[in-house]
Amino acid sequence: MTSKQKGWKEVPIAGVCWTPTTDYLTGDWRTFKPVLDREKCTKCLLCYVYCPDGAIEWKRKEEEIEFNYKYCKGCGICANECTQEAIKMVLE
Amino acid sequence: MKRKMALAKQTILALSGDEAVAYAVKQSDVDLVAAYPITPQTIIVERFSEYVHDGEVDTEFMCAESEHSALTACLAAAAAGARTFTASASAGLALMHEILYVTAGCRAPVVMAIVNRALSAPINIHCDHADSMVERDASWIQIYVENSQEAYDSTIQAFKIAEDPDILLPAMVMLDAFFLSHTLESVNVLPNEAVLKFVGTRKIPLVRSHEDKLVPFKLDPENPLTMGPLDLYDYYFEHKRQQEEAMQRAPQTIKQVHDEYGKISGRRYGNGLVDPYRLEDAEIATICVGSTAGTTKTVVDQLRAKGVKAGLLRLRTYRPFPSQDITKAVGNVKAIAVMDRSHSFGAHGSPIFHELRHVLYDAQTHPQVVNYIYGLGGRDMPQTLIHEIYKDLQKIVKTKRVEKPVQFIGVRE
Repeated sequence: MTSKQKGWKEVPIAGVCWTPTTDYLTGDWRTFKPVLDREKCTKCLLCYVYCPDGAIEWKRKEEEIEFNYKYCKGCGICANECTQEAIKMVLE
Repeated sequence: MKRKMALAKQTILALSGDEAVAYAVKQSDVDLVAAYPITPQTIIVERFSEYVHDGEVDTEFMCAESEHSALTACLAAAAAGARTFTASASAGLALMHEILYVTAGCRAPVVMAIVNRALSAPINIHCDHADSMVERDASWIQIYVENSQEAYDSTIQAFKIAEDPDILLPAMVMLDAFFLSHTLESVNVLPNEAVLKFVGTRKIPLVRSHEDKLVPFKLDPENPLTMGPLDLYDYYFEHKRQQEEAMQRAPQTIKQVHDEYGKISGRRYGNGLVDPYRLEDAEIATICVGSTAGTTKTVVDQLRAKGVKAGLLRLRTYRPFPSQDITKAVGNVKAIAVMDRSHSFGAHGSPIFHELRHVLYDAQTHPQVVNYIYGLGGRDMPQTLIHEIYKDLQKIVKTKRVEKPVQFIGVRE
């Protein structure tokens, strides 16, 4: 327990979130990480739609997707849904 | 001069226990009733559906596809700030088990009537307390009633207790199957306005949201907040500790609400937590919950007429467990028999006995405490059997010896 964590008298009841859930860096749950093959990617954004954690970002300037490894849990749904086989799951 | 609260003018109605509960819910300005029928609870919901049909209430009435869904609907509506009610029994309550914990954890003040019925198998629709005893750890307030009048009174009180911003815990009101649920009784009912004034509208406290704003503790798109999400080893324990704190505050609130209600109805049940009967100078006493207390009072009177110093302590609340009140009430009694209408198989005795003897371990004096398991599956508990228990207690006092600490009574050998 770190000293900055609140005690039971301070936290809101019923598990009400008092900070955004982005404070949980769920990326450290990952065993396999998605890696993009830019040559194969057609930028259809199917992976962006299917990602259950919003961990795939569309970079407007570069016009390509990027995985946010801080939150990507490595579930592999993006790799499974990609019609171009442009995403490979690689052991961390 | 202290202003005395006036007693409200009451009407006597012939109601069964189930009907008394339905009548109390009708008067309590409930926003949602969601339920699934199960004997012997069915009449509560049937009567209430008639009130809905006849336009006597403006309650949203939902026939759910299961008890699991019924309680989930109540939980969700309560989380949005509504006053909600459901009722169940036996297998229905068992099916709600998962959601009982979710409701308490979300601090949703749902009120539920439980018509105590045995659990299968073999299948049995009659009274014992196995269904609600098993839910004692779910962080619900549990009130056991002795008669239909108390079922009516306690249902009204339950809304006010559960919704108190210092408590915010769901509450169950337990009445014995058939002995109360299906038996006609003269029930004094308050005028609608008196009940409405008593329960008031639900007060919603403020809570800090993820946007770092103080917002009303309810689901509302205008002030979004998240209740009961993922909460791991970092904060789950703190949230459970808060539930215990609310439970620790509950005795005070229960007593207060009971007292306020007493002022308008003229009816009191002990101090709201425990209901002692002829205990002041008692040497021997029994302890129980529910309708058996009525029969036991008659037995106590018969014994007292013969000069036996017998008494009874009826526990009205089982959660919170009224430890201090019990010690105060029976600490000086020499021998106590706890009567349990449920059994914890393989344990040394049954639930009420476990906790009661455990509480008395810390008392100054140590009365002898024995356990009688009775009435499973609706088996009758006549005066003759209760006399046997008091006879055993007299023997224990005389010989200062307990032969059998745990016994079954009323079962054929």
